[in-house]
Amino acid sequence: MLNPVPAQPPAPPLLSVQGLDVTYETGAQGFWGRPKAFKALEDISFDLHPGETLGLVGESGSGKTTTGRAVLRRITASSGKIVFQGKDITHTKGEALRKLRRNMQLVFQDPYASLNPRMRVIDLVAEPLLVHGLIRHVDEARDRITELLRIVGLPADAHDRFPHAFSGGQRQRIGIARALALQPEFIVADEPVSALDVSVRAQVVNLMQDLQRELGLSYLFIAHDLSVVRHISHRVAILYAGRMVEIADRDDLYDHPIHPYTEALLSAVPVPDPRTQRQRKRIVYGGEIPDLVNPPAGCRFSTRCPLATDQCHKEAPKLSERSAGHLVACWNR
Amino acid sequence: MNISAMSNQEPLLEVEKLKVEFDTRRGLVQGLRGVTLSIGRGETLGVVGESGSGKSVTAQAVMGLIDLPGRIASGDIRWKGRSLLGPDGERYARDIRGKEVAMVFQDPMTSLNPVLKIGTQIGEVLERHLGMTRAQARNRAADLLAAVGISAPVRRLDQYPHEFSGGMRQRVMIAMAIACEPQLLIADEPTTALDVTIQAQILELLAELQQSLGLSVVLITHDLGVVAGLCHRVAVMYAGQIIETGLAEDVFERPAHPYTQGLLRSTPRLDEVSDRLVSIEGTPPNLVTPPEGCSFQQRCPLSGEACRKAPKLEHIRPDAEAACWQPSVPAWATPLMSPTFP
Repeated sequence: MLNPVPAQPPAPPLLSVQGLDVTYETGAQGFWGRPKAFKALEDISFDLHPGETLGLVGESGSGKTTTGRAVLRRITASSGKIVFQGKDITHTKGEALRKLRRNMQLVFQDPYASLNPRMRVIDLVAEPLLVHGLIRHVDEARDRITELLRIVGLPADAHDRFPHAFSGGQRQRIGIARALALQPEFIVADEPVSALDVSVRAQVVNLMQDLQRELGLSYLFIAHDLSVVRHISHRVAILYAGRMVEIADRDDLYDHPIHPYTEALLSAVPVPDPRTQRQRKRIVYGGEIPDLVNPPAGCRFSTRCPLATDQCHKEAPKLSERSAGHLVACWNR
Repeated sequence: MNISAMSNQEPLLEVEKLKVEFDTRRGLVQGLRGVTLSIGRGETLGVVGESGSGKSVTAQAVMGLIDLPGRIASGDIRWKGRSLLGPDGERYARDIRGKEVAMVFQDPMTSLNPVLKIGTQIGEVLERHLGMTRAQARNRAADLLAAVGISAPVRRLDQYPHEFSGGMRQRVMIAMAIACEPQLLIADEPTTALDVTIQAQILELLAELQQSLGLSVVLITHDLGVVAGLCHRVAVMYAGQIIETGLAEDVFERPAHPYTQGLLRSTPRLDEVSDRLVSIEGTPPNLVTPPEGCSFQQRCPLSGEACRKAPKLEHIRPDAEAACWQPSVPAWATPLMSPTFP
């Protein structure tokens, strides 16, 4: 089978996130008002191993993009620890941070908004190299860029054309080439295929899998589409309202979800097969995702959870291990 | 002849050989290139396709929303047998649209007026189409909000759109669409902007309304899963044409057109682990200068000499049609591991 689960330790994790909190401030209420702070992320912990894809899933506002940005140090963590290649990078600054960023890159969601329309493809792909001072002029990297474009499956004459000449899928390939230019080991892909059409989405998913196999990349794959996540990930983590509710090996999570929210989320995804889809039972919980400015005490899912008890309303459950590598934050399951 | 015409009732809506063009700076874009479809009473038709395939343009043409630079070049749209085009047709259409045929749009964030209360916006529809007084309209608006599953409807009437979440706004849009008890509801990507759990709620609501009001529904979407749960029949569009149509079970189980086959196999599934997705290389053709012959031939693994001539949508089974010279031939081999790296 493709997508084998990579060898578990002794290999140390490439990235280890421990108890990460991120706090945002809201706008002040009125002229004299003080801005309020709210926790967008609370106590997020996970490891990412070399050559592994961790799928990070959640609905809007669950904190998946914030997690990606915090790990890349684009957003400051208010507490917790981020360890990358064995080094604590939570407070790395200045030149050391710049160097660090060579090793961790981001692929964006919207291939239409994320490429400067006035730059040629060659300039776009060379930009990271220039910024990091690895080359002084684009021409020095021409061969390297030709190779990058070939790897991501763009035509050889793409060099001197502008982004508008490319389709959405091809633009996403340009974005991936740009991320690969610095030969990173770790890529945060934030909804990289959500803006693409079905047939094109498959092209990009396949490309990302090929690149991982050939270059040994590790991905933090952020998406809301659970079907794509199942396809590409080795392990999957589910976020709800800023907290991680479940993390497990892919098949374990999809075949044996434990947290009531994971169950409901999986049951809501339609399957492209009428006979199967019509027989599937959907688990419906009323209510909506809580407001993070005034979050419920205790478990954040307790306002919608059918199993909620007094304990759930008072005290937030921590992730605990239920079987090897399967962690769940729930009092009742 | 089409599928629903075979049952004895007269179809509600018929679209016949419809061509829509857009005059742009790049040239004349042929948005629809001869689309024929029909919807019977109480039926749900799913229209599937990728961006630019013409699925939204079809809906807009029915609703009279094709504005310059677009125009209907030829073909006909009939409601209960009477044309909606031409001077007479347009007068007739004004009575029909919004009343007997209603539409729900993709983006519930931008389709509501942000400075008017929800009650006012729903009331407007009722006052205009049904001639209700303001008080009557308000009562009915509250009933409608309750019907689409919004709690405390009377209080909600006096709230503004920003006080509603995305899913709630889409419920409001559906309430407005069903306000005049339409017979046909056209939903253009109604759940694309919503989270999965909210999407499931909205789809369930549509299914309930369809049952309780005997609605016919045209569901336009790019998501094959959404179609699978809700639709009786499916029409697959590609490059401004319908390339396959049939009962939902059949199309998903025995897709005949290579494009449909590819589309299904390039979609990852929640309930299965596939080793590798089929990747349909290339992109849909440019509709300024569409290719001679079959519009899928450049991307099709089966394409041959015959495909230089355009295939017509023809019966492959009594209840299924496909536009392909070699329908039902398996087109996609199990994909190779790594085409990029030799």
